[in-house]
Amino acid sequence: MATTRRVLASVGYAAGLPVLLVLAWALATRGTTNLYYPPPSRVLDAFVTTWLAPQTLVDDVLPSLGRFAVGVLLSIVIGIVAGTAIGATPWLRALLEPMLEFFRAIPPVVLVPVLMLVLGIDDTMKLAVIVSGSVWPVLLNTIEGVRGTDPVLVDTSRSYRVRGLLAYRYVVLPAASPQIMAGVRLCLSIGLILMVISEMFASSSGLGYQIVYFQRQYMVAEMWSGILLLGIIGVAVAAVFQLAERRVLHWYHGSKEVARA
Amino acid sequence: MTPLTSTATGPGPGGDVARSRAGRPDDARARRRGRGTAQHGARSATLGALGVLGFAVTWELVALAEVVDPAYLPRFTTTAARLVTELGEPRFWSALGDTVVTWALGLGIAVVAAVVVGTVIGLVPFLRRATHSTIEFLRPIPSVAIIPLAVLVAGLSREAALVVVVYAPFWQVLIQVLYGIADVDTVADDTARSFGLRRLQRLRHVVLPTALPYVITGFRLAASIALVLTITAELVIGNPGIGRQIDVYRAAPDAPGLYALVLVTGLLGLLVNLATRVVERRVLHWHPSVRRETAA
Repeated sequence: MATTRRVLASVGYAAGLPVLLVLAWALATRGTTNLYYPPPSRVLDAFVTTWLAPQTLVDDVLPSLGRFAVGVLLSIVIGIVAGTAIGATPWLRALLEPMLEFFRAIPPVVLVPVLMLVLGIDDTMKLAVIVSGSVWPVLLNTIEGVRGTDPVLVDTSRSYRVRGLLAYRYVVLPAASPQIMAGVRLCLSIGLILMVISEMFASSSGLGYQIVYFQRQYMVAEMWSGILLLGIIGVAVAAVFQLAERRVLHWYHGSKEVARA
Repeated sequence: MTPLTSTATGPGPGGDVARSRAGRPDDARARRRGRGTAQHGARSATLGALGVLGFAVTWELVALAEVVDPAYLPRFTTTAARLVTELGEPRFWSALGDTVVTWALGLGIAVVAAVVVGTVIGLVPFLRRATHSTIEFLRPIPSVAIIPLAVLVAGLSREAALVVVVYAPFWQVLIQVLYGIADVDTVADDTARSFGLRRLQRLRHVVLPTALPYVITGFRLAASIALVLTITAELVIGNPGIGRQIDVYRAAPDAPGLYALVLVTGLLGLLVNLATRVVERRVLHWHPSVRRETAA
């Protein structure tokens, strides 16, 4: 009994406010003719007819998601590889640090016009936009994580002749991984934003293009449904990341709980 | 050189950020820095300057070699010269002014709203539980998704940009405020209560000191996010500012001007980072994490 009540309570807490908000929205827009705020039922309709139609799914949604996935993966790989090299080499780090700080400070969107000029308008440019913005958090966090490896740990493993790739795999990478994961989380949200932006600018397909198109055509319910879709993607990406993080860092969370207890 | 860590750890469950700042790695670093700091600092400053120089030279050489059409990639020296002439133009300064005003307004609104809302939600356990799912859903929505909505409702104006500029930093700070308030030591709170401190007094002497480091971290992150969004909004929506000027130069096409303004946005970002770090140090001068840094 007690457990069912607890489950019911937590479901109620999780669902209560969202349900109330949607209800309030529905009530406020009942029978409305206001162009800007369509009732939720119309947005839902638009969502199903616009985004779940096979053609948009294949032409717009999946390519966007594909570019997002490839861009983010590239950023993570480049960030970790370059970050390890820079983090493990003090002179290289000192050499590059000011430039890295500068590049990170450039709003990534500003690079869209630059990359459009240099690369033209195609998938490469869109990928370049995503990578150019989302590589920084992974790169900088890897540098910091590698640099912050416990010196005693490094010395101990060295005196046991754990070197090279072996040391990298079992000493440096685990020590840096909590911080790398923090960078990856940022990389994901930046990557998503840049995916949308790169399509808003110069494109004839994709999620970002579609949403701007709907806005310009005053297809407001469709536009709202696009925002809803982006929201769902954002939440889904965050959820997947959380699962992955728990997998990768399970030892870390475990040791933190022990430390707290 | 602390700069990298604190900003890079970035938005996330703020607890991690604040805890890692106060935690062990910083300690070790501070100790290491204690030895021969001056010598080491001078060496890395020289290397850093060399790095900047190397970047400029590489850029110049790549442009000279015409790997890319020179109309698209101007030489570094051309861009630098253009930057200097740009600095003499009233048009540039008015664009910069517009950007800074939009940024400051957006950041201010976001921070104040988030602190007020966060304090109310954070202090009432019922509200905290009831709003959790909604906040977790709204937070990851990419801020650019609401650009079309903002344009539709507010037109091509600063108001539309503000909607976008306020949105993301608001969640950033809100989450930090919630984490900060949740971190209040129950023993301290109970002690204060048993000493007969009123609600407001407890807010001032127990909650505020605990939550402040979290809020300041949120503020620092929010400041750079707000700048990114300000320039993004100007570029996409077209309200006056550096971002719109960049788009004008792109369409012209005026490559040196474009590259010069991109450099400006980077410098602006650096300036915001530096300024917020100074603010952090000022406001948290009493906090162990800051005191340890200055002692080393």
